[in-house]
Amino acid sequence: MPVAILKKRRLIPGQTSELTLDASHIARKARPGNFVILRVSEKGERIPLTIADTDPQAGTITIVYLVVGKSTAELETLEEGDSILDVCGPLGKPTHIESCGTVVCVGGGTGIAAMHHIAKGHKAAGNRVITVIGSRCEDLLLFKEELSMFADEVVVTTNDGSCGMQGFVTDGLRMVLDREPSVGEVVAIGPVPMMEAVANLTRPYNVKTTVSLNSIMIDGIGMCGACRVVVGGEVKFACVDGPEFDGHQVDFARMRQRLSAFKPQEELSWAEFRRLRGQEA
Amino acid sequence: MDKKPRKLAPRTPMPEQPAKERVKNFSEVTTGYTLDMAVAEAARCLQCKKPVCQIGCPVEVPIKAFIGHLQKGDVTAAYKAIRETNSLPAVCGRVCPQEVQCEGACVLAKKGEPVCIGRLERFTADEYAARSACEQLTGDKACPMIREELKVACIGGGPASLTVAGYLSTLGIKVHVYEALHEPGGVLVYGIPEFRLPKAIVKREVQAMTENGVEFHLNWVGGRTITVQDLFDEGCQAVFIGVGAGLPRFLKVPGEDMTGVFSANEYLSRANLGRAYAFPEYDTPPFLGKQVVVVGGGNVAMDAARTAMRMGADKVSLVYRRTKNEMPCRLEELEHALDEGLHLEILTNPVRFAGDENGRVTGVTLERMKLGDPDEAGRCTPNCTGEYFDIPCDLAVIAVGTGPNPLLLEATPGLERNRRGYIEVNEDTGETSMANVFAGGDIVTGAATVILAMGAGRRAAKEIARRLLGDDAPQDVPPLHGGVPAAQD
Repeated sequence: MPVAILKKRRLIPGQTSELTLDASHIARKARPGNFVILRVSEKGERIPLTIADTDPQAGTITIVYLVVGKSTAELETLEEGDSILDVCGPLGKPTHIESCGTVVCVGGGTGIAAMHHIAKGHKAAGNRVITVIGSRCEDLLLFKEELSMFADEVVVTTNDGSCGMQGFVTDGLRMVLDREPSVGEVVAIGPVPMMEAVANLTRPYNVKTTVSLNSIMIDGIGMCGACRVVVGGEVKFACVDGPEFDGHQVDFARMRQRLSAFKPQEELSWAEFRRLRGQEA
Repeated sequence: MDKKPRKLAPRTPMPEQPAKERVKNFSEVTTGYTLDMAVAEAARCLQCKKPVCQIGCPVEVPIKAFIGHLQKGDVTAAYKAIRETNSLPAVCGRVCPQEVQCEGACVLAKKGEPVCIGRLERFTADEYAARSACEQLTGDKACPMIREELKVACIGGGPASLTVAGYLSTLGIKVHVYEALHEPGGVLVYGIPEFRLPKAIVKREVQAMTENGVEFHLNWVGGRTITVQDLFDEGCQAVFIGVGAGLPRFLKVPGEDMTGVFSANEYLSRANLGRAYAFPEYDTPPFLGKQVVVVGGGNVAMDAARTAMRMGADKVSLVYRRTKNEMPCRLEELEHALDEGLHLEILTNPVRFAGDENGRVTGVTLERMKLGDPDEAGRCTPNCTGEYFDIPCDLAVIAVGTGPNPLLLEATPGLERNRRGYIEVNEDTGETSMANVFAGGDIVTGAATVILAMGAGRRAAKEIARRLLGDDAPQDVPPLHGGVPAAQD
């Protein structure tokens, strides 16, 4: 059953967009940390995307994606009023949110959007929420305004120093951890190397660190095991046991290897897509 | 004229693509009977007074009657007879293990040449498919009047739920089917390959139900998008749970999380649901292996092995810890696979996978096994020998079964479960520990066959109809077992 795109915001033109979808059946059930699996067209593949926000009253969910290959490039061709062929969810275990004082939510790149929903959940639970967000430069920074609306503090880092601190999110996070005596939890969402760096940073501080893993998935309902990750020496399914896990227990090296299992096919697929689009233009 | 007793004609062979051809394509292996072949095969049926073949059928197909119609060449009457009890005849004719069901019970089986009941069922369904769906189901042009106030929901869109939907909709009950994936059919779509069950056949059966008033809600996940309680809140009088088995089992040996080691569910879902064999026309990428190892001895293992051959593998080895005789797969699947070049590594068991510096699988170490004494079920137990050897592989598929899917169960704590984690049901009605909540198929039995799931669906559907329709429910036929000796044990 196709799902209509009510609103499209080009956050970084040609690269990252935000879609507001007409999906009341998902909006009424979705909690922070959940994701959806969508398929753009009849011959498309199923891709998982974290829910960035919901509005149960309006019956909408929001997703944010980065164009990284054919499927997201095809999604980017859709405009307001168009429909996405299949949207399935909410999937995954919701974030475990408890009252724990101060929570630091760290987001990198498109992961900031996914982190947004979780940070909002922590705020609603009465926690003090400090967010640390980062990107290469100011133009690529997402959701700064949205986070400022509810977060107690937004720490910004850019690699080139064009906005906020110069450096990586880990630099911002280190500053916060050194300053704050009682951080109850750190949540990190972003590229795998970033989440790994955050987990390595927080280990000596002995602070609970939660990461959200973006494994390869097919069904997203626990049937295929494509998304399996090693956590604390045990094999877990990111789709039904996660996607959030204890960052100090995740085997990130294995995770990176598994993420690259289909690299050649992904590149072929995208090259073919661009070639066909080029011919059309 | 010949006075000697009539000699039993041999079974009419099923036309099939030659092994050398078919191993290069995903078209159906067997191509089906012609009308002449079907009538000739039907003529072999003795029309026994006591049709013992029917005892072996979980959905009680009136086999004697439908073959009787085929003997006269009346395909329409044959189809209607089957359809009285079976909502998915084109599927059953293809994937049922007839040798242990109807054909195993056929009196001619004693001479090793039972009537080809499965092939005749498939022929009948395919031949009749051109007619309109309503006509097929009810015998008249108009669809049955669906009474919207009689509302039943099925969670899961596989064979068990489709049977419930098919049965209840012909009685005028409104059925909503909630399917988590983007296509209805469950294992028929994600699990069984195109060359064994073309997806167009499943589509056709589903289409017939849609035209009969069944409503499909795709991408709705039971336990997540909708719960059992939600369905009762929305006015359903009964809920049937047919969510199938889920979580693939792994071997729990070192190296199993390496790139290139797949569960059969993933490997087959890519190829079937995602049409990865047609990549890059379709976006889901396949994982191509030249030296392939498939672990397991069931139908799923055969499907994975034969899929790998069609994807261009040089050698596909089936690793199984017992022997050919103990394999749980259908005999026909094994024979087809061997014709296509499957290599057997029987009496072996994987103990570890090896990989390269990028975490890609490069080989597997197998331990030789020997058969010991039979267990309680009569199957010989494989015992370790302490002898090991290595074989290279760049793709390994683990097909050693599945466990219960947690999604719906976690969201429905009221459901009592057995010690294996599957849903506990009343064996006569299919009802769970929750009133008016029924369950059937793999989520009750653990991984089993399509036809057993359909049998469970039929049993639950009869009970639901009895409760919703009262005196208007079809009078149950007396149990087929009454007075007829069991044909075989």
